[in-house]
Amino acid sequence: MSTSENTKVALPAMTHTVGMPRHQKIIFVLLLGVLLALPFMVYPVFAMKVLCFALFACAFNLLLGFGGLLSFGHAAYFGMASYVCAHAAKVWGLTPELAILAGTATAALLGLVIGSLAIRRQGIYFAMVTLAFAQMVYFFALQAEFTGGEDGIQSVPRNDLLGMFPMSDDLTFYFFVLAITYGGILFIYRITHSPFGQVLKSIRENEPRAVSLGYRVNRYKLMVFVLSATFAGLAGATKSQVFHLASLTDVHWTMSGEVVLMTLLGGMGTVLGPIVGAAVVVTMQNYLAYLGAWVTVIQGCIFVVGVLLFREGIIGVLSRILKKPL
Amino acid sequence: MKRLAWTTVAATALAAATPALATDVKLGVLNDQSGVYADLSGQGSVVAARMAVEDFDAEAKGINVEIISADHQNKPDIASNIARQWYDQDNVDVILDVPTSSTALAVADVTAEFNKIFINSGAATSDLTRANCQPTTIHWTYDTAALANGTGKAVTEAGGDTWFFLTADYAFGHALERDTTAVVEANGGEVLGSVAHPFPGTDFSSFLLQAQASGAKVIGLANAGADTVNSIKQAAEFGIVQAGQKLAGLLLFINNVHSLGAETAQGLQMTTAFYWDQNDGTREFSERFQAEVGAPPSMVQAGVYAGTLHYLKAVEAVGSNDSEAIVAKMKEMETDDALFGKGYIRKDGRVIHDMYLMEVKAPDESTGEWDLLKQVSTISGEDAFLPMEDGGCAFALAE
Repeated sequence: MSTSENTKVALPAMTHTVGMPRHQKIIFVLLLGVLLALPFMVYPVFAMKVLCFALFACAFNLLLGFGGLLSFGHAAYFGMASYVCAHAAKVWGLTPELAILAGTATAALLGLVIGSLAIRRQGIYFAMVTLAFAQMVYFFALQAEFTGGEDGIQSVPRNDLLGMFPMSDDLTFYFFVLAITYGGILFIYRITHSPFGQVLKSIRENEPRAVSLGYRVNRYKLMVFVLSATFAGLAGATKSQVFHLASLTDVHWTMSGEVVLMTLLGGMGTVLGPIVGAAVVVTMQNYLAYLGAWVTVIQGCIFVVGVLLFREGIIGVLSRILKKPL
Repeated sequence: MKRLAWTTVAATALAAATPALATDVKLGVLNDQSGVYADLSGQGSVVAARMAVEDFDAEAKGINVEIISADHQNKPDIASNIARQWYDQDNVDVILDVPTSSTALAVADVTAEFNKIFINSGAATSDLTRANCQPTTIHWTYDTAALANGTGKAVTEAGGDTWFFLTADYAFGHALERDTTAVVEANGGEVLGSVAHPFPGTDFSSFLLQAQASGAKVIGLANAGADTVNSIKQAAEFGIVQAGQKLAGLLLFINNVHSLGAETAQGLQMTTAFYWDQNDGTREFSERFQAEVGAPPSMVQAGVYAGTLHYLKAVEAVGSNDSEAIVAKMKEMETDDALFGKGYIRKDGRVIHDMYLMEVKAPDESTGEWDLLKQVSTISGEDAFLPMEDGGCAFALAE
């Protein structure tokens, strides 16, 4: 299996324990504390952007780190969900939670369709199939009426939450986004540490053996693909509410690449890795923006250095030093 | 924000010399500093804004101006994020330039939300003063309607009465084709057909052969950027212009023509709001500009200069940085500068000034590296831009 060969080296051993280990409980509490304080330290919109990408990377990590499936088309779910969410909020006048749900549901459906075809192939073919579908989604977004082509969907309103609570203030909305992201991350943690997650890991490590043990491998793969697409969609839909817009950037293939970078840099197959990776990449893009095209070059260099020196990613290395799964 | 490139201009006048009623204004130039539009906007626009401040002699008039700039990478989410931070945290009063339609529309909305001022020069979409108009938006240099109107009308009237379109297959391309078709037909011309090419495209040969076979006198290029440049290059390889058909670029800048070279682009017709070699005023400005930037100003950069100048005049007249009063003043005062001549700003924020139909010179006519265009005709502002009544800008029509 080419996928398992790739992942075996990089992954710290994950032992199955009942409930959350104590150090991970502490980590989640600390994470919540940091995220609660974040908007008071940095610009709230920037903080929300970090959250959206953290969730996106976590969703991607669910598929790559735990399912061992490298998708090169996650921008499709991220972007399409952001379009549908923006359309729902702007044209149908839905409240944020319903609009985000609509976007997420679209991503789930898209994930089901693409996933059921893509999981029939493995390794590089799987990656190429997902990329091909993502390109189809991109050109759909470019051509379709409702997406506004290259202008995107602009001035998307942020309606009152549940029709009652005004959300126009960025700081207020931050805590809504925080609830979504934190909930999403906990949910992904729950998935990966469930019996279902254990089966996924066994498929990742040795697919033929999982088959011989009687698991319907393709069903597990499809399930994790759809779950990953759904959370990617949740992140994308939330992002369109944060920025009041949905655009081709979100559905472009570079976005698929960025999420791979975030996950690998932070540490694939770890809980905290994608969050750290997303924070690092988004911060770099934001604070080095004045360097223009050099940002991409710097990103590339960091990626090369990361692959050569610490293949486990930032959190992977930390986890190895501390000898605890993070 | 510390992360943004700072260009501080005339910020610190001696405290003693500052009049008691000094107004502080902060200009933010937000554009593409690294991508495909960096040449026609980019740092050149920052220089243009600074030259406007210097030419206006803002300091002596009691206005302290600070200019900051940032790269929006042509991504609307980055643009809207920067605009938000500028208005929210950095007390920026006005955002200038902002090329590409998607980023401009995003910034227009953020500006309205914060009730600041947005003087756009770089973006093409006419929606900025139509369906998506905002009371805080001023759209300076050009728009798709003016390009379609200018090139479509002038070329048809000049005898190019049969057209064939080469259209980029996405919303912008189709909109440009539709608008130009309407203009061509209204002026007695005929559209023989069109072909949509994938966006972005690299190989235009089959589309160009179709265009050639159509026998149309004019081939309209309803695309932009690299697509336009590539289609013109390949048309030159087929000898389409030499064979008697004319190319009409619907969205083309002097920088594109320069990179194509007069040899390849000769005979190409295009509409522009500004050309550096028009009169003494534009030449004087362009000479100073070129000394600093290395290339003469594009129409986008010229628009940033003119917009900044007009804004500063309004600030002086109002005597504060109150956005609403300044916008009202800007729309009330006639615009008048060396680059665009006299004009005015409509209620919907559209700046009305003359546009020009230009033709790319043949290599033997050209006397210098940048001596690329010759004027074919002048299109008056009223003819070039779409009437406000047809625009669908709700707040302007309600008044």
